[in-house]
Amino acid sequence: MSDFLHTLAFGIYPYIALTVFLLGSLVRFEREQYSWRSGSSQLLRARQLRVGSNLFHIGILFLLFGHTVGLLTPHEIYSLVITAEQKQMLAIVSGGIAGVVCFVGLTMLLHRRLYDPRIRKTSSAMDIAVLVLLWLQLVLGLATIPFSLAHRDGQVMMQLSHWAQHILTFRADAASFLDDVGWVFKAHLLLGMTLFVVFPFSRLVHIWSAPVGYVFRPYQLVRRRGGARTAA
Amino acid sequence: MSHFLDRLAFFKRYVEPFAGGHGSVTNEPRGWEDAYRQRWAHDKIVRSTHGVNCTGSCSWKIYVKGGVVTWETQQTDYPRTRPGLPNHEPRGCGRGATYSWYLYSANRLKHPMMRKRLLRLWREAKAQHPDPVRAWESIQADPAKRREYQKVRGMGGFVRVSWEEAEELIAAANVYTAKTHGPDRIIGFSPIPAMSMVSYAAGSRYLSLIGGVCMSFYDWYCDLPPSSPQTWGEQTDVPESADWYNAGFLMMWGSNVPQTRTPDAHFMTEARYHGAKTVVVTPDYSEASKFADLWLHPKQGTDAALALAMGHVILKEWHLAGRSSYFEDYCRRYTDMPMLVLLEPRDGVQVMGRQLRAADLPDALGETNNSEWKTVAVDDATGRLYCPTGSIGFRWGEQGKWNLEGRDSRTLEVTTPRLTLLGNGGETAEVAFPYFGGRAPEFFNPSRHDEVLVRRVPAMRVRLKDGSARLVATVYDLFVANYGVERGFGDCAANYDEDRPYTPAWAEKVCGVPRAHIVATAREFAANADRTQGKSMVILGAAVNHWYHGDMIYRGIINLLVMCGCIGQSGGGWAHYVGQEKLRPQTGWVPLAFATDWHRPPRQMNSTSFWYAHTDQWRYEKLRVEELLSPTAPQPLKGALIDFNVRAERMGWLPSAPQLQANPLRIAELAKAAGEAPAAFVARALGDGTLRMSCEDPDHPANWPRNLFVWRSNLLGSSGKGHEYFLKHLLGTVHGVQGKDLGEQGGVKPEEVVWRDPAPEGKLDLLVTLDFRMSTTCMYSDVVLPTATWYEKHDLNTSDMHPFIHPLSAAVDPAWEARTDWAIFKGIARRFSELCVGHLGVETDVVLAPLMHDTPQELAQNAVRDWKRGECEPVPGKTMPAVVAIERDYPRTYARFTALGPLMDKVGNGGKGIAWKTEHEVEFLAQLNGTTVVPGVEGRRPKIETDIDAAEVILALAPETNGHVAVKAWAALSQNTGRDHTHLAKGKEHEAIRFRDVQAQPRKIISSPTWSGVESEEVCYNAGYTNVHELIPWRTLSGRQQLYQDHPWMLAFGEQLCVYKPPVDLKAHQAMVGRVPNGNKELVLNFITPHQKWGIHSTYSDNLIMLTLNRGGPVAWISEADAARAGIEDNDWIEAFNLNGALTARAVVSQRVPEGMILMYHAQEKIVNTPGSEVMKTRGGIHNSVTRAVLKPTHMIGGYAQLSYGFNYHGTIGTNRDEFVVVRKMAKVDWMDEPAASDQAAPAVAAE
Repeated sequence: MSDFLHTLAFGIYPYIALTVFLLGSLVRFEREQYSWRSGSSQLLRARQLRVGSNLFHIGILFLLFGHTVGLLTPHEIYSLVITAEQKQMLAIVSGGIAGVVCFVGLTMLLHRRLYDPRIRKTSSAMDIAVLVLLWLQLVLGLATIPFSLAHRDGQVMMQLSHWAQHILTFRADAASFLDDVGWVFKAHLLLGMTLFVVFPFSRLVHIWSAPVGYVFRPYQLVRRRGGARTAA
Repeated sequence: MSHFLDRLAFFKRYVEPFAGGHGSVTNEPRGWEDAYRQRWAHDKIVRSTHGVNCTGSCSWKIYVKGGVVTWETQQTDYPRTRPGLPNHEPRGCGRGATYSWYLYSANRLKHPMMRKRLLRLWREAKAQHPDPVRAWESIQADPAKRREYQKVRGMGGFVRVSWEEAEELIAAANVYTAKTHGPDRIIGFSPIPAMSMVSYAAGSRYLSLIGGVCMSFYDWYCDLPPSSPQTWGEQTDVPESADWYNAGFLMMWGSNVPQTRTPDAHFMTEARYHGAKTVVVTPDYSEASKFADLWLHPKQGTDAALALAMGHVILKEWHLAGRSSYFEDYCRRYTDMPMLVLLEPRDGVQVMGRQLRAADLPDALGETNNSEWKTVAVDDATGRLYCPTGSIGFRWGEQGKWNLEGRDSRTLEVTTPRLTLLGNGGETAEVAFPYFGGRAPEFFNPSRHDEVLVRRVPAMRVRLKDGSARLVATVYDLFVANYGVERGFGDCAANYDEDRPYTPAWAEKVCGVPRAHIVATAREFAANADRTQGKSMVILGAAVNHWYHGDMIYRGIINLLVMCGCIGQSGGGWAHYVGQEKLRPQTGWVPLAFATDWHRPPRQMNSTSFWYAHTDQWRYEKLRVEELLSPTAPQPLKGALIDFNVRAERMGWLPSAPQLQANPLRIAELAKAAGEAPAAFVARALGDGTLRMSCEDPDHPANWPRNLFVWRSNLLGSSGKGHEYFLKHLLGTVHGVQGKDLGEQGGVKPEEVVWRDPAPEGKLDLLVTLDFRMSTTCMYSDVVLPTATWYEKHDLNTSDMHPFIHPLSAAVDPAWEARTDWAIFKGIARRFSELCVGHLGVETDVVLAPLMHDTPQELAQNAVRDWKRGECEPVPGKTMPAVVAIERDYPRTYARFTALGPLMDKVGNGGKGIAWKTEHEVEFLAQLNGTTVVPGVEGRRPKIETDIDAAEVILALAPETNGHVAVKAWAALSQNTGRDHTHLAKGKEHEAIRFRDVQAQPRKIISSPTWSGVESEEVCYNAGYTNVHELIPWRTLSGRQQLYQDHPWMLAFGEQLCVYKPPVDLKAHQAMVGRVPNGNKELVLNFITPHQKWGIHSTYSDNLIMLTLNRGGPVAWISEADAARAGIEDNDWIEAFNLNGALTARAVVSQRVPEGMILMYHAQEKIVNTPGSEVMKTRGGIHNSVTRAVLKPTHMIGGYAQLSYGFNYHGTIGTNRDEFVVVRKMAKVDWMDEPAASDQAAPAVAAE
């Protein structure tokens, strides 16, 4: 890969992806409230969905949490508790288990979406594309495990973290951290960023509206007549 | 402002906790709620209703948004009732609430369509013959061309055509048919005008103008209870549902009120809160059963046994015990019980004969007018015979004595008639009573007793005009003896536990209801009626009416009501709610509908006899008259059932269509050539055999019906009993008839009818159906025309269940290319008028009309004499049908269609035997609608251009909606009765209801002599009210409630009095048991077809919302025991079949259903989820695929007082519940959804 392409892919594309992701989400939220939904097809066919969706969501939520914490926690902080080697092994084992769970669920969902005639007929191209992209990304993620097992020193993991942290902190030479990581990792990263690009145009936007607040809100909410206004 | 920023109000959102922090007032934005407000916002609300064959006439709000109907909700603005009576609303049901689905559904008919093969033939013919009539002729003249499109009817293959092309083909076919075969070969079938009377009138006006035939429906649907004309001379009249509230004792007998009278069911609940006791009689645990204080479940078809046993108890404990002066007084005044019956000695006993008439006596009791039609009673004070006023002889030829004041017609003194001859020093007679209970097929618990039961009856001897001394008895004494009530002669049951007809113990054995329940119900029924002066009511319906001998069940129930004085009393009486859908402004509607403003009489036909003959169901008849005749029959009547119908048509009892085996447009010329008047010519030619009636040879091509219009109806998907015979013989397409006809079987053939081999297949040249949805009938049609829905047209709708007249309104214009029925028939009339030029001009049409009820012809025949057998001369209007020559101006058909004709001002209007002038109303309509010139007619005529114009004609001419006409009508009746009845309408004389008025709010109608109840602020509408309270006679022989039927055919079939007749054996299933095995066990079950829960007949049965609520296709219910026996589980596919055909359905296995019965809601369309039949090798049929119409001779009687013909009033009925089917689980469910072999070949042909 030429330097230019490398810089474009891992130095500039991340910002493009993040911009599309954030601005796109905002615009869609402002303008297309009725499209802001998970697009569940449970009413059309519950079969395969109940198991598939639960497995997928358990797996993917764990993976998302793992990636976020794993990539963004500075080495200085976690090294107070565990070494990089230990952290890598933790990531491989826990991520591997979650990945398999997610893979089973996602494969069921993809199969259902493609081969259940009712679901297939009512799917948009984007519904199918998102599932395919997620499935490929998951496979790529799982494919990194043998590579990681080959380098148990945690160095690749460190490089990836540095890259992510540099990107988010707007430091110029982020892409250079990835000069010598394996192609699997690069492909995983590229596809990952592409998912951010696709995000505002797909049903993935429902992630923004995960009903976390339900856990904390009072049982009964009463809206004030006339809507928003400052408390008297 | 911004959804996102609004969401960021983390710290301000929860502003005010409450309930200890469990709740909170929030400050969230509420703009999103507008979405829901917009969802339910609309541009306008329009009042309409559903013109469907139910008696709802419910007021609905139709919501329109952006030019599209969005939904409907119930209106709640009916005029209030009086204090102390619940209001009418809410009215409506779940079915009606889904109607808007149809408007924009895939099932909506959007464009005119034609069978592709016919269209191709038509275009080829048109290329050769510029004259469309010649083009049609060229197709019809070639049998191969005819068959080409006939044989694929129902097999798909429609293509879109323009309105112009469709109208041209239809009009050309009509012109050709009228010219070649005669206009009476053009048939129209449309039911229940009350549901959309202008739309009905559109087609019937067109047909009546060209001389076509309008078919009856009420009798064909088997909703007509023949017992009603028999007893009251009234088609059907019933209390409005609000009157249930006034009842003290309510029986629901074979009527499922919450399911089939949903909008009225609230009155049932309210009546129960009001304290009424409720007894429900139904063999299955139906929805009505939940209302019951006591649920009685007799074996289906045996209800007459229950009714007779109840009557036995009431007669014994009340009448003979003299416990109720109310009952006794009522029976004396309002029934024929005191009338005398001649007894005829035969084989050592007496047989009941006809009622004694004044003419039988030496001085005719001083009567010179119609003395042979005046019944005779005994003066209780003096013991002399006298002639009470009010009998039918007083109705015609004299005035002022046709009333129920109970006077001696000679002295005009009010006289008390003697009810019983017992203990007045008279004699007794040994009278033979027929007993039929032993003839039951095994399933129906045969109960063997002597076929002739001899019982002693009080009698007296009377010297007749011919000098002979004859025994006579009162109807009362015969009636009591018929019930087997012991009167001290020792020839009847000593107590209720003795098994002799008709004790409770006997009934228990027959119908299965415990005798204690029978006795208790009878006692409470009578006790309540005695205390409340008649407030015991029976709501009864299809379940007991649809049996071959349903009139015996009905008469059994009527007898209970009459002997307890319930008829004509508010809160009491006979409430037959089956398809009667009262056409309230009837007399205003008739001129519009049957073009009696231009020609009289119109051609009308009783459908049951028509379809029986023309679908060749008679060729398969297995029911023999010997199985039906009474052991006491005076003379043995012989022949097949169709023979009886032919005799009835010949003698003018029933109408005919087609009428003569000759074109009626050619008769006048022949008569002229012979130097005779048309009537005299027809009578002579029939007499000498040079002319024949069509009914004698229904399979002769000259006598086939040729063109058929079906509109507002689903004849083939719903009411067509003998569905497969329709397909085979009338349409000539793929069918599933399994049986062989009498010729193939070597059976006994009819004697009056020509037998032709082979039987014709495909009699009909053209079938045109108008509908808004693709029904089963549309599937079988040649041309399908898209009509406006009930939210797209202006029309009127009425019901018997409430007293209001209601509009249908065009909330939106007809969608796609649809047009209103009015516009469609107007268009066909216009094209007909153009195309007939050169083929038809001003023609004389010779019309045969039967001897009509409510005319002097009802006194035509006091004995049965057949001119064909030389028993009398053929005399039109007397011994045979009336013959009327009518001049039709065919090229002016359209001009006449759109103008009110001159007969309204020249002759006037009327109905039910009275007439009044209508010049003022014609003048009013000229001002209201504007005028037009009709060529060939003097002056200007009121216009009838639009559907609203048509509605205004009805409203202006009808007494019910125009107070001036109401007063005129009552005044006309007052002339007959000699009593002033105008007070019933005087208060509303200046009221006039117009179309826009009913759109604003449904309006209560005005009392009119057309009906037997009154519209009042003090009392609910109840049938027979004016008979009892205004002393207007019933339109029967005696002028009273006629419990004794004395026509010779009634005597022959043993139905003088109500007797128990078990269901008949139609012999359609036996030959099919084991004939086409599929490896599964077969059951034989009685086929019961009640009204739907998820549809109104077939309407809504293809509606996605209703299909979703049920199982999404045809279902039939069977009992758990039967299911277990045949290895059927719930939701299995089953097939039911017999010689008539087969149907496929899913099984609903339910505790609701008793053993021995398969219960299939009728009219589930076969166009939805119906797999192929293993028996027929074609797609499974509808419920009527396993039925066949059967005629009953007593329903054919005519020219005899109340037993005279009237359209939908009297005639043969299409019974179907005596049928049995073989039922089994299907081995292979074949959806037949692969292309047929010929279709696969088609692309190859196209490619060439």
